[in-house]
Amino acid sequence: MSRDYNGPKQNVTIHGFALEEADQLSRAVEEVNRRMLRARDAMDRDYAKPLDIPCLARIANVSEAHFIRTFRATFGETPHRYLQRRRVERAMFLLRATDRSVTDICLDVGFTSLGTFSRNFRAIVGEGPGMYRQRGPIQAVPTCFVMAWTRPSSFGEVKARKIV
Amino acid sequence: MLNALLISSIYVLDQDKALDFYVGKLGLEVNTDQDLGFMRWLTVNVPGDSRQILLEKPGAPALDAKTAEQVRELVSKGATGGHLFFTTADCRKTYQEFQAKGVEFTEEPTERPYGIDCGLRDPFGNHIRFSQPTQVPTPVASAKKGNR
Repeated sequence: MSRDYNGPKQNVTIHGFALEEADQLSRAVEEVNRRMLRARDAMDRDYAKPLDIPCLARIANVSEAHFIRTFRATFGETPHRYLQRRRVERAMFLLRATDRSVTDICLDVGFTSLGTFSRNFRAIVGEGPGMYRQRGPIQAVPTCFVMAWTRPSSFGEVKARKIV
Repeated sequence: MLNALLISSIYVLDQDKALDFYVGKLGLEVNTDQDLGFMRWLTVNVPGDSRQILLEKPGAPALDAKTAEQVRELVSKGATGGHLFFTTADCRKTYQEFQAKGVEFTEEPTERPYGIDCGLRDPFGNHIRFSQPTQVPTPVASAKKGNR
């Protein structure tokens, strides 16, 4: 994309990403997207670890102040909610694919309190971990697709959503 | 009746960077790199495999400028679904080799029911995996080798 640009060079800043040319704005959007994707990948990979906003903002290489807002603008939800639903998705998988105890699974996926885990699980899935487990084993397909497609899409906002 | 998959395509945002990555880091080889005038036809393949991956840059005239921008944004969000799945004889060794070259991994080698696999991103946001299958998935791929 070429554009005549005769005015004085201006410094354009997008989330701390300084640019000289106005027509590089879209490249900057791509760069910001890519950084947010890097932080999201970290949540998909390291959900079991105690990830916090400073840590994720460092991975994304943006300031903490910008991180939450930019992540939400990019992926439609806050990083906190993304991570909670990733953890619940992994718990849903482990409940049906293993015979580990609910407490072990709670810790496996990065929750530190059984109460918080059960409350979040129920809010998101619509039933508790024990009931959910009774649905029985799921068919084995590549894990990356399970993770991409079975992470719950609501946070308790849609109680009636049926999860098969 | 179809008999082979010859070319599949993924979007890349910069074809020179794509070459650095897919050939320089992942070790694929250039199949065709030709300036057709209207586009740079750039395909790569796994050495010894006849399947080609077209590294296509979204842009005019195939896509209007606005659409191309949208595609570029989606690629950088990892949202275009341009997945590539490779196999390897030794997942952990390949992982270490790639890591030494600075490849950005999304997942380290992990045992799965179907084998050991791991995930990475190309420089643009495309999702790539390679696995060391528990069993050779299908004899068809090797039987068809060289069948262009």
